[in-house]
Amino acid sequence: MSGMKDSLAELFGRAPRRPHQDEISAEAKKLHATQKNDPDRIAAIHAELAHKAIHKEPQIWRRRRWAVLIAVNLLFVVSYWLDIQLLEGALTGSRFVGFHMADLNSALQVTLAFKHMVLNLVIGTVTVFIMWWLLGGRTFCSWVCPYHLVAEWAEMIHLWLVKKKLVKDHPLDRKARNWSWMIFAVLAIVTGYTVFETISPTGIISRALIYGPGLALVWVFLLLLFEIFYSRRAWCRYLCPIGLTYGLVGATSPFRIRYNLESCFHEGECRKVCEVPHVLDLVIKGRATDLNVSLGADCTRCGRCVETCPTNSLNFKFKGLGDLL
Amino acid sequence: MPKSKAKPKRVVSKRHQQQERRRFLRSAAMTAGVVAVSLLGYIPVVKGWVNRLRPPGALNEDRFLSSCIKCGQCVQVCPVNAIKLMDLESGFGNGTPYIDARAQACDFSCDGLQCVLACPTGTLTHDLNFPADTRMGIAKLADPNVNSNRCLAMQGKGFKGQTRGADYQGLLRYDDIDRWNPIRVSEHPYDLELCDLCVRQCPIEIRITQCAEAEPVEGKIERVAQKQGNECPPIHAIALEKVDGVMTPVIKEGCVGCGVCEMICPPEPAAIVIDVHPDREERRA
Repeated sequence: MSGMKDSLAELFGRAPRRPHQDEISAEAKKLHATQKNDPDRIAAIHAELAHKAIHKEPQIWRRRRWAVLIAVNLLFVVSYWLDIQLLEGALTGSRFVGFHMADLNSALQVTLAFKHMVLNLVIGTVTVFIMWWLLGGRTFCSWVCPYHLVAEWAEMIHLWLVKKKLVKDHPLDRKARNWSWMIFAVLAIVTGYTVFETISPTGIISRALIYGPGLALVWVFLLLLFEIFYSRRAWCRYLCPIGLTYGLVGATSPFRIRYNLESCFHEGECRKVCEVPHVLDLVIKGRATDLNVSLGADCTRCGRCVETCPTNSLNFKFKGLGDLL
Repeated sequence: MPKSKAKPKRVVSKRHQQQERRRFLRSAAMTAGVVAVSLLGYIPVVKGWVNRLRPPGALNEDRFLSSCIKCGQCVQVCPVNAIKLMDLESGFGNGTPYIDARAQACDFSCDGLQCVLACPTGTLTHDLNFPADTRMGIAKLADPNVNSNRCLAMQGKGFKGQTRGADYQGLLRYDDIDRWNPIRVSEHPYDLELCDLCVRQCPIEIRITQCAEAEPVEGKIERVAQKQGNECPPIHAIALEKVDGVMTPVIKEGCVGCGVCEMICPPEPAAIVIDVHPDREERRA
């Protein structure tokens, strides 16, 4: 249960903590003490990493994820333009073959502002809640949200500029996301308007794709500039209330990325590529409390660690379904 | 396993403290900035810039803005593409649907109020069943002065040719041409001794005429929709009447504000326009 508490605390912006000795299982303790004593194995891994640095391997999970993200967003577009009524609406609210779906954060904003929920919205919200609970919550962010994709591209530019020493990343306080979530929730209640929806880049890009671009894209562009020149992935990491909403949904989700301590040699490759690196603090030597540990609620299940890990110590896992993929 | 030493008290250097402080201030500034930008959206609302013709069944403007989830499902189902979405300059109205009647009015060619059925949040209320139940706004003469008014009928003029010109993209359903597919207004030229386009094309008036014509047919009801009584509009919406000796379009209580009269009116700008009703729910009641 302390795992859940930590998972939520990290979701709410607390820095990951070092576990107390009595929280670590006996098996895990043994491994923490001995693992590094296999110089041959470590040398082999280093050789493999050096090889990989030159011969870049395809990032399969990123490819799959981008394909899914683009496909979902294109399905909205194609469905409208070809008038096939497969997936109507936009990401904020839609109908999949006639069945209502509502983005949880949009539905929340509307409900707080309007102080009333019609049946269709209840159906849409419950459906989407169950769907994303099964799929892992913040999975929405990395696998569906169109802003996430453009932000990943902006991040590439940012990292390139950092490498060239042209810009410096300014890490900010992850608690800012709690404030923005609270402020926008309170604003919706007090003003009676869905204030956040006005500037939500997810809604803006989704509508721009489906109904044609507009002035609102300028705001999205400004956000990207901020991320490129000032703070890496600032919107997704420190501001977006949608991420927090889905993070809460996924906190108890059966779909996780699971870390296996036995096979891990603590190279730290996973943390370099992670979109939300604080969830991977448990791979640091001495941190894992058990042989198998699931990553916290803030994990977007993007799979970059899965494809990057040289020892296959990180894997998708659906509780109760055995090893997945 | 090496014995874990007693944890030394975390020593926080002055430099580190300063860094933390700066990070906090930056984060607070960023959050405040984003909230401030979002609150700029209040301006267009307060100034009333977002008060535009809304789709059928729209709640009162403030309730409309709070309940709309900005998904555009109403846009997708409209057979004449009358519904557009507002952009960022409309602030909190960003992503909400509106109708530019002069460009393309709602002519109810879907019959079943598809936008109302599509709406997932009840922003377009399900409390209405037929076009005649809606109250989007109300038509009025743009210039009530008889002498300066551009209305062709009031000038005693007829109309011949394509209203709104050959390039006009707007669509209307002409029952006698194609019951199911709206066609371009430019493909339907008129030849009228006295211009009565606003009355002739009014969807409510068309429906009233159809109902009147269908009634004498004994034992057989022609149109499925007419099986339900209130599908036939109970009150007229517009009529050409002699006012002080001049034939004038007179707006009646049954006007729903769909905007077809504004759309079809030949002079530029239109002689008849829609007055938007932000408190449309009261009018519907």
